[in-house]
Amino acid sequence: MTEPAGPTGLPPSGGCKPGNRQDEQIHLTAVDEFLAWGKENSLFYLLFATACCGIELMQAGGPRYDVDRLGMIPRATPRQSDLMIVAGTITHKMAERVRLLYDQMTEPRWVVSMGSCANSGGPFSKWSYSVLNGIDKHVPVDVYIPGCPPRPEALIDGVMALRERVRKYRTLGIRETTPHVVAGAGCDFGAHPGKSGIVIAQQQPPEGKA
Amino acid sequence: MSAMAPDALAARVQAVFPQVSTFQSENGEPWLAVPAADLRGVARLLRDDPSLACDALMDLTAFDLKGHPTVPPSDDIAVVLLLFSLRHRHKVRIEVRAPRAACSVPSVSELWPAAIYFEREVFDLFGVTFEGHASLRRIMTPDDWFGHPLRKDYVYPSEYHGVAHLREGQRFEGGPNRGAAGAGGVA
Repeated sequence: MTEPAGPTGLPPSGGCKPGNRQDEQIHLTAVDEFLAWGKENSLFYLLFATACCGIELMQAGGPRYDVDRLGMIPRATPRQSDLMIVAGTITHKMAERVRLLYDQMTEPRWVVSMGSCANSGGPFSKWSYSVLNGIDKHVPVDVYIPGCPPRPEALIDGVMALRERVRKYRTLGIRETTPHVVAGAGCDFGAHPGKSGIVIAQQQPPEGKA
Repeated sequence: MSAMAPDALAARVQAVFPQVSTFQSENGEPWLAVPAADLRGVARLLRDDPSLACDALMDLTAFDLKGHPTVPPSDDIAVVLLLFSLRHRHKVRIEVRAPRAACSVPSVSELWPAAIYFEREVFDLFGVTFEGHASLRRIMTPDDWFGHPLRKDYVYPSEYHGVAHLREGQRFEGGPNRGAAGAGGVA
C-alpha cells in the first residue's frame, strides 16, 4: 500500500475494515509497512562529525531545529545507529575508520553524505594529498546534501528525502540490494545501479537571514 | 628579572658557541643559526643558563628552502625552534639546516618534552630524522604513507589502498604532480 500516513502519524491503514474506528486503537496493516513506519520514525543517527559540517549537525540537533522531533536521537555507538551522517572532510586515513564504523552498524543502515567535502572532496579536491574526494568511494551513500556547510534546513531536507527511501524499505519482502562492499575495491557507488544516491537541491537561506 | 636585549642574548650564546651566527628577525627577536652538531649544546645553554632560562618550547617547525630566494641558493630543510622564557619574558628563534638527502637533526625532546609531538610532525611532513627521539613515527599521515607531503618536490599520491584519489573523470588544470596509478602514493 502506498497510502501516506494519516495526519495522526499512524501507519497506513492497509487492511483496515470499514467498521473499525480509530479510537478503538486497532489498526490493521502489513508487517512490512509497519516495520518501515517504525524505522522511518526512529532514525537513530551516529554522533559523528569530522569538520565544520558537524557544527551544523549539532545545530540541527539543538532546540531551534530539533531533529529529535523526527525521532532522530543521536547514539554514541554505531551498533545502536541506523543512520550515519558523514559530516565533514574525510581523509584517506579517516575513510578507513568510517568504513569500520559503517561495518559495525546493523542492517538496515543508511548513509547521508553531508556537505561538499564528503560529497566530492570540496575545496580540498584539487590541491590536497590526503583528502578523499568523496566518501562514496568507501561506503554506499543514500543521500547527498550539497553545501559548504549545508544549513540545518538542508540537512533536514536530506533527512526527509531519506525517510522516503526508508518508507519503501521492506524487511520481509523484496528489498533493494545493498552491494556488499570491500573497502579498497575502488568502486564508485555514486554510479552503482542498485544503490544510486539522491542529490538534494541546494537550499537558499530564507530572505534576510543570509 | 627583565627580558634580555636581543644583542646581549646573542652575545651570551656566542660567548660559549662562537660558531653560532646571529641575526635579528624582522620582529626584533634574536635569531640564532646553529650548526646541527651544536644544537643540543645551544639548546641546553638556553634552557639552563639562569640569565637565558628559555624554559618553554613554543613551537618546533620546519620549512623547505627549495625555490626559496635565499642567498646562497639552497635546497636544505630548515628546522626552526621558537623558545620563550617564562621567567624573563624573552623569545629566541633557532634555525638549524639539514641537507635534503641526509636530513638529520639532533632531537631536543629530552630538554623540552613538548618537542616529542612537534618532532614527529616535522618528521612526518618534512622527512627530518631527529636523532635521539624515543619514538619517531608518523603522526598525521597513515603509517604506510610514502613521502613527506610538505616537501616542495613531493609527488602527490594517485591512490591510497587501492582507492583512487580523484573521482572518475575528474581532472584539474594546473593541479599538483600526481604519481601514476598504482605506482606512486603508498609504499
